[in-house]
Amino acid sequence: MGGFAAQFTVAFLVTVSLALVSGFLGTAFGLLLAISKGTPAARFKGVVTTYTTVVRGVPELLIILLIYFGGTTFASKIAGRYVEVNAFTAGVIALTVVFSGYATEIFRGAIAAVPAGQTEAAKSLGLSTLQRWLFVVGPQMLRLALPAYGNLWISLFKDTALVSVVGLTDIMRVAYVGAGSLRAPLTFYLAASAFYLFLTTITLLSIRLAERRYPAFGR
Amino acid sequence: MNFGLIFDALLVLPSGIGLTLTLTVLSLTAGFLLSVPLAFARAFGRPSLSFTVLAYTYAFRGTPMLVQLFLLYYGLSQIEAVRASIFWVILRDPFWCALFTFSLNSAAHTTEILCRGLQSVPKGVVEAARALGLKRLQIARLVTFPIAFRISLPAYGNEIVGMIKGSSLASTVTLLEITGMARQMVSATFAPYEIFIVAGAIYLALTSTAVKATQILEQRLSTDGTPKQRRKARLRPALPDHEITTPVP
Repeated sequence: MGGFAAQFTVAFLVTVSLALVSGFLGTAFGLLLAISKGTPAARFKGVVTTYTTVVRGVPELLIILLIYFGGTTFASKIAGRYVEVNAFTAGVIALTVVFSGYATEIFRGAIAAVPAGQTEAAKSLGLSTLQRWLFVVGPQMLRLALPAYGNLWISLFKDTALVSVVGLTDIMRVAYVGAGSLRAPLTFYLAASAFYLFLTTITLLSIRLAERRYPAFGR
Repeated sequence: MNFGLIFDALLVLPSGIGLTLTLTVLSLTAGFLLSVPLAFARAFGRPSLSFTVLAYTYAFRGTPMLVQLFLLYYGLSQIEAVRASIFWVILRDPFWCALFTFSLNSAAHTTEILCRGLQSVPKGVVEAARALGLKRLQIARLVTFPIAFRISLPAYGNEIVGMIKGSSLASTVTLLEITGMARQMVSATFAPYEIFIVAGAIYLALTSTAVKATQILEQRLSTDGTPKQRRKARLRPALPDHEITTPVP
């Protein structure tokens, strides 16, 4: 078990960075898609709805497998020789897709929940579209979205474990290897559970803090 | 894109639907049956009991289902007592391990969903039931639970979809459900796009059906319809050839 402590430390950092990178990318894409869906002249409305429906209706594991194996085939075809998409990149892309799919729906719901009078008032004050989003709709919408958005981060940390299936050396993978080599699966998987529970607890606590610091207006 | 392969996948992969649905339905059923008493204990039990249930749901909701599955499938074999017991016949079988894990996981999620529903049942309703002389079990069975179930239904719909998607993890312990069959086909043909996309389409059909079914059930059970629904109910005669003039609640 001793030699695995260092491996677990590295794996822990891999899991955390995978979650953070895909979480932030997913948030950015989710915001963009939600805003594009909310504007009156929404050309992409149908496309965005299809995207979120498909992403939320298909297992995360399948998306990861598709992007890892499909990505390798695709990159090899383009490069003309065998190119392997590494598991971390595939994981980031897959989890970003999943996260943005859910985030879009959450942000869209939150935007719709901001009273229309707010936008109208901002317009009558002569604020530009960018100013309206930045100073009026944005802050109110983010506060409304916070609880559901926090849950999304918790599921993201749990979903990172699935990327171990395509060979990323994250917490789950190290536990799998350790369990096999030392013939102590119970110990290693319990250790992995503890790591994940720690991560989800930290996420939960920070979301609760944020909710207390930034409660929804008018509640 | 190779359309021949897509056709092959369309012929082969549906044979995995049976196992996916078996795992989903059985674990949802077991999870639901287990979660009803747990949700009551969590919502109305003594603090120590409520905390014990919380510890269970917290642990199962805070760790990935993959870890739980591996813990059960690989981990339990480390304990000599388990290997010696009669349960080993069941626990060494990947199907039962997956079913057991999914049920416990689903029970944890459902407990929290139902608990939130139970807590949001209006106090006055329970007091009214008590004033009518109903016993505690009767109140729970006839008043609290039906109302709580109606409140929890949208969230429970998400749990159903989550379980359909979660059942894909069974492929990691050698079970050949939709994802398992797709992975097997991909390793034989090296055509990930075609096959995984077909598998995804099958899952999408299953989850969409589940979402639609939950929505229909929600509409059936809802008592406080929107104005539109009430208007519809008012327009529809209660009996054939029998016009009603007063609004139907």
